Amino acid sequence: MHKHRLTDAAGSALQEMMEVVAREAIPPFERFYLEHRDGVLGYLRRLLGGRAEDAWQETFLRALRAYPRLEHGRHLRAWVFTIATNVAMDELRPRASDKLSQALNGDGYAATAELERDAFRELEHLTGELPPTERAAVVLRYGYDLAYADIGAALGSSEEAARAAASSGVRRLRRNFERQP
Amino acid sequence: MNVSPDLDARFRAAALDAGLVDVRYDVFDSPIGELFVAQTERGLARISYFPDGMEDTLARVYGLRVLRTPLDEVRRELDEYFAGRRESFDLPLDVRVAPFHADVLRELARVPYGRTETYGGLARKVGRPRAARAVGTVMHNNPIPIVLPCHRIVGADGSLTGYAGGLDVKRRLLELEGALLA
Repeated sequence: MHKHRLTDAAGSALQEMMEVVAREAIPPFERFYLEHRDGVLGYLRRLLGGRAEDAWQETFLRALRAYPRLEHGRHLRAWVFTIATNVAMDELRPRASDKLSQALNGDGYAATAELERDAFRELEHLTGELPPTERAAVVLRYGYDLAYADIGAALGSSEEAARAAASSGVRRLRRNFERQP
Repeated sequence: MNVSPDLDARFRAAALDAGLVDVRYDVFDSPIGELFVAQTERGLARISYFPDGMEDTLARVYGLRVLRTPLDEVRRELDEYFAGRRESFDLPLDVRVAPFHADVLRELARVPYGRTETYGGLARKVGRPRAARAVGTVMHNNPIPIVLPCHRIVGADGSLTGYAGGLDVKRRLLELEGALLA
């Protein structure tokens, strides 16, 4: 009787350990890719529209490049959405070449692009002191005008968590400004 | 938002071109059932009759960057073999096994098309005449059946003994090669 109970306890401990291992194990890339490819494409389409496909491919190539350096299989969804966010940011950030061609066209559009660029730079500079999650939420919300659902997806959390991170980031920024002379 | 087959194929090709894949695999139908086939940079690494869970095996042995891509060359040679138009394979191989296994598999590769050899006979050829049972273990764990022809190894009394893909498959391969009467 007694022995049987011990065996049960050992069995369930073993089961638990195996579940932990399974949760943390890094899956073969193919399985990771099949699980996330559609979600990442949908996310990038919302961010980039017609430019999403190139960014999507770049996202998974970067993931593949970094894959051997992963230390565990936790948060892989957040991880790949972070890569996608970085790729999208590179894509969205006005480039020097764009600015040059706009300046050469001389249609007044260059000035707008320049302003947006400065605004973005300003935001990056201003948020430099924030904790990373709050900073990302503030930049994605106010720099890129992303919806909270998208920000949540990018940060591997929920829409509510993204909203909370952005508003707490803004409160922190305000406090920082008020402290300044 | 589903990834289109075209976009998916482009990514897989780009990953290969960039040299970012440790091991690639494909699954296709054959006259003896579904075959799982895997290949590394060095060559053909695996053939399995049981695709389920093989990605995990590949990840453990060759690296985590496991990706499914068409393996047309392997498929072509296997199709030719099944059609009776090919007696040996030209594919380079990537065999990663313990030294004794490697010796046995090297001798196994020399057993000609359409012939059979016994477990004891193969043991003698690797200089271990009493290791027939160990040779059986090597056959059972053969990473590349069909290409490394463990189906040609039979019991001393001519019985088929065993086969990873089932005795029926072993019989059909030997019939295909004319080693057994159909």
